[in-house]
Amino acid sequence: MSKSNTAQPAICTRGVTRDFPAGQDTITVLHGIDLDVKAGELTYLVGESGSGKTTLISIMCGILWPTEGEVQVFGTDIYHLSDTELVNFRLENIGFIFQQYNLIPAIDAASNAAVPLIAQGMPRHEARERSIEMFDKLNILDQADKLPNQLSGGQQQRVAIARALVHEPRLVVCDEPTAALDASSGRRVMDLLRDVAVAEDRACIIVTHDNRIFDLADRILVLEDGRITHDGTQMPEDH
Amino acid sequence: MIWIAIRMLTGDRQKFYGLLFGIAFSTLLITQQLTIFVNLIERGASGVYNVSSADVWVMDPVSRTTDVAYAMPSTALDKVRGVKGVEWAVPHLRANASVRTKDGDLEGVAVIGVDDATLIGLPKSMVEGSTDVLSQPDAVIIDDVGTTRMFPGESPIGERLELNDQRAVVRGIADAIPSFTSTVVLYTKYSQALRYVPGTRNRLSFVLVGAADGVEAKSLSDSIEEQTGLKAQTRDEFARDGVQFIIENTGIPLNFGITVLLGFIVGVAIVGLTFSLFIRDNIKQFGALKAIGVTNGKIARMVAAQAAMVGLIGYGLGVLGTVGFIYGFSNNPTFKGFYIPWQIPLISFAAMVLIIALTGWIALRGVMKTEPAAVFR
Ligand SMILES: Nc1ncnc2c1ncn2[C@@H]1O[C@H](COP(=O)(O)OP(=O)(O)OP(=O)(O)O)[C@@H](O)[C@H]1O
Ligand SMILES: [Mg+2]
Repeated sequence: MSKSNTAQPAICTRGVTRDFPAGQDTITVLHGIDLDVKAGELTYLVGESGSGKTTLISIMCGILWPTEGEVQVFGTDIYHLSDTELVNFRLENIGFIFQQYNLIPAIDAASNAAVPLIAQGMPRHEARERSIEMFDKLNILDQADKLPNQLSGGQQQRVAIARALVHEPRLVVCDEPTAALDASSGRRVMDLLRDVAVAEDRACIIVTHDNRIFDLADRILVLEDGRITHDGTQMPEDH
Repeated sequence: MIWIAIRMLTGDRQKFYGLLFGIAFSTLLITQQLTIFVNLIERGASGVYNVSSADVWVMDPVSRTTDVAYAMPSTALDKVRGVKGVEWAVPHLRANASVRTKDGDLEGVAVIGVDDATLIGLPKSMVEGSTDVLSQPDAVIIDDVGTTRMFPGESPIGERLELNDQRAVVRGIADAIPSFTSTVVLYTKYSQALRYVPGTRNRLSFVLVGAADGVEAKSLSDSIEEQTGLKAQTRDEFARDGVQFIIENTGIPLNFGITVLLGFIVGVAIVGLTFSLFIRDNIKQFGALKAIGVTNGKIARMVAAQAAMVGLIGYGLGVLGTVGFIYGFSNNPTFKGFYIPWQIPLISFAAMVLIIALTGWIALRGVMKTEPAAVFR
């Protein structure tokens, strides 16, 4: 995989901290994170449970306010936007893949994947057609008309990937995309994600502690107690 | 997004039907009970409605309704006839009596004596026989509800009755709106009625008046009061007096009011609970939508669309149920002449909107409070 030569990083965090109230006190979950995530790379964020991975990725994709620090996504200072501007920024620029898929049970797979386009205001049928094109790319065309509960976990996660990519966002974020899947479907989902989500002008960042898929990463960041302790193409030896 | 909202709602069959049931049940209860209430208290005016040709009712100043009347001396009739603007004025007698059937049963009845010459005072139409039968000796006309009460399943025509120990023969059946108490009514000529009702000195209950062409009922009743010292009420006023009397003297408004309130509360409870459950079941999906980039405003519109859909369908079913109920019982004498005043569906619509707005708002708050960041947890 060629390294991106764009000057501007996809995500740039400077001095990001995040506190949470814990009873009387506050706990600091992130301690001044300075990070550049490049486009064209599959970036993993790994670390032990409670190390702050979800908190960091939530801040990077504009759904959780940092206590301090700046976050730029493709040059936009996202936490300086108004609430509505931020929501619309996410709608245009970010694709989400959740551990629990969060598909809408009452509408078929293709319509589920079309949701970001529908939310952008595209007519439903047109959006669904675009979503079916994405299904074709993901080799799940035969599942377009099925309801989520007629699909296996791996198949649902593919639909969720289609939903994350259908509107061609510049940043794709995934929190534990394979945690609910068995080893082989997890691996297949990640292979697929690698194929479709990584592109010259797109950044893809994945939170995981699934060591079965570490070999697929271009870059691995390790978070320990709210600090980045490792940044490289491989996992550090001691993990 | 509205399409998605509707599919989310209808996709969850159980809750969708639960919500429809809640709204339909509330609407039915409210609409049906209000309908019965209005029709029942309007029965307080049935005596007035049954004599549709009288423009003004003249009575003793202490009389209150067709059934609560104090008799006047017979000279009152001539006094009323002397008032300018009176086209015609006829005597009208209303009294209670008891009747013994051929089986020996005793029944309280109302005797109504109508003008001998014009027969004004009879209901407009007959179910059986013609009004001419009153010229036969001892003839009485029974009302249709009285027929089902006193002669269930058989024809009363030709039946002999002992009316206050006097002979009476049923010669016809009148099509009348039953009274509030559904008392059996026997119509007879005024002169005949005087014989049936034992002799106190005064027995003239009302003078029924027709207004001359171009004379307003209200101004006529005013001049009658002024010139005779009697009480005169227009048809509408007197009908309202009858209704008012029922409202003031029975527990009916309270009882129906309680049922309507219960319908409302049950609606809020069922719909509120089901709607909250529905939202809670879908909170993850709503959270995902918020993270993906659906504004709170759009989310609110989605929930509003869900609420509106449930509300409208449920309301339609409830009103349909009421219509079905009224229609289904239209042959039952208790519900004779029942109709749904247009105001009532409007009232239950307002109640439905209130239920929906209240429960929808509570449900919506849950969605609004969900942090988009919660989707990663
Ligand atoms: N909304 C919150 N309120 C209070 N504390 C929180 C909140 N979210 C996270 N935390 C705390 O912040 C710390 C880091 O949480 P986070 O979810 O980022 O960890 P994680 O690395 O994603 O862990 P896991 O691998 O278990 O998902 C934890 O101690 C957690 O209890
Ligand atoms: Mg986590």
